Amino acid sequence: MSRALTPSQTIGPFYFGTLANAYRHDLAMPGVAGERIEIALTLHDAAGAIVPDGLLEVWQANSHGRYNHPEDRRNLPLDAGFEGYGRASTDTQGCARFGTVKPGRVPWPAGGLQAAHVNISVFARGVLNRLATRLYFDGDPALAEDPVLKLVEPERRATLIAKRDAAGVWRLPLYLGGPNETVFFDC
Amino acid sequence: MKEETYRRPVAGQDHPANLSPAYKSTVSRSPSRPAIVLPHSLSEITGPLLREERLDSVENDLTRRRMGEPLGERIIVQGRVLDENGKPVPEALVEIWQCNAAGRYHHPGDQHDAPLDPNFYGGGRARADADGNYKFITIKPGAYPWGNHHNAWRPAHIHFSLFGPAFATRLITQMYFPQDPLLAFDPIYNSVPEAARARLQAAFDMEATQPQWALAYRFDIVLRGRNATPMENT
Ligand SMILES: [Fe+3]
Repeated sequence: MSRALTPSQTIGPFYFGTLANAYRHDLAMPGVAGERIEIALTLHDAAGAIVPDGLLEVWQANSHGRYNHPEDRRNLPLDAGFEGYGRASTDTQGCARFGTVKPGRVPWPAGGLQAAHVNISVFARGVLNRLATRLYFDGDPALAEDPVLKLVEPERRATLIAKRDAAGVWRLPLYLGGPNETVFFDC
Repeated sequence: MKEETYRRPVAGQDHPANLSPAYKSTVSRSPSRPAIVLPHSLSEITGPLLREERLDSVENDLTRRRMGEPLGERIIVQGRVLDENGKPVPEALVEIWQCNAAGRYHHPGDQHDAPLDPNFYGGGRARADADGNYKFITIKPGAYPWGNHHNAWRPAHIHFSLFGPAFATRLITQMYFPQDPLLAFDPIYNSVPEAARARLQAAFDMEATQPQWALAYRFDIVLRGRNATPMENT
């Protein structure tokens, strides 16, 4: 029997403190294989103002490029202590930080591999539908051949590519609108 | 080629538009450019299942998280997590949060001049069973005022968060109560296309009501389902 979808609604401003487990920002337990990285996402509205009441979630493959999920049936290692999911509220600076390992590359349905990326969900007051985007890594030679980036107009691709700061943190500002509006995906 | 694994919602049919100007916060927080349609790769058809997440036995009972009983009308909220094909989403993690009976959230940003209840925190989690059934015990949340427009009040609601089987099925929504007179005036509820709004209302469930103890409401949640003809061969 077919059923009609439950419509989406905003997370609202008051999830924190009542939504259990609003903080899971360390994705990789000690000993998990791969290059340790820190990601800092900053959420802005269309006017550029910071959004201090957002919730950001990340989902990624492990360093071998394997998702911890039954749909990923490839013969690649799963790492104990690495689920690949994180959730963090934005702070008073609009920033959400995650400690993780750099994801490996995962395949593309039409063949070939995607460049290493982290999948992101954005929730906030005033955001009625989950907004989905991705984070790629600046300087990755695979960016040029990534099939998803190829779907994006060249001048907007930079909104998906995190840059490494002086402290080695991968930083990506996310804009809900305005001239630097982030590319969001219907996924 | 494996793509379009999950059915895509039809624009304007189920979900609100990102820009719903009557809900003022959407004006500066809604992308103006259309989302780019992404073929479904492993990144979209996998997602956190949170199966390892250990839930303690009373996490689905929001009335038993503190020393005493919270004030307000005790209610049971139960239902099923299904997909569009009517199949259960087994062992789905369901998270809820809500204000107390007086309409106040246990949250530092909530400045509504209504009492906090030391015995009510407002957050709960439950894991659906193999048939997608979940159950919470809580108290009926109050209406609360907000700053959207003059004399704006949110209808009583419970926030729901669901993951489903994939990144593509992630959903955050709100459950409302039937026949609430405030629904007609709420820009968040009314951001949803008219034909789909009633799906956000729980149904009063006399059958599940427990004599001398609590009224019951049923709220089924429908997540995106797989396309009818799976393009995989496993
Ligand atoms: Fe609320």
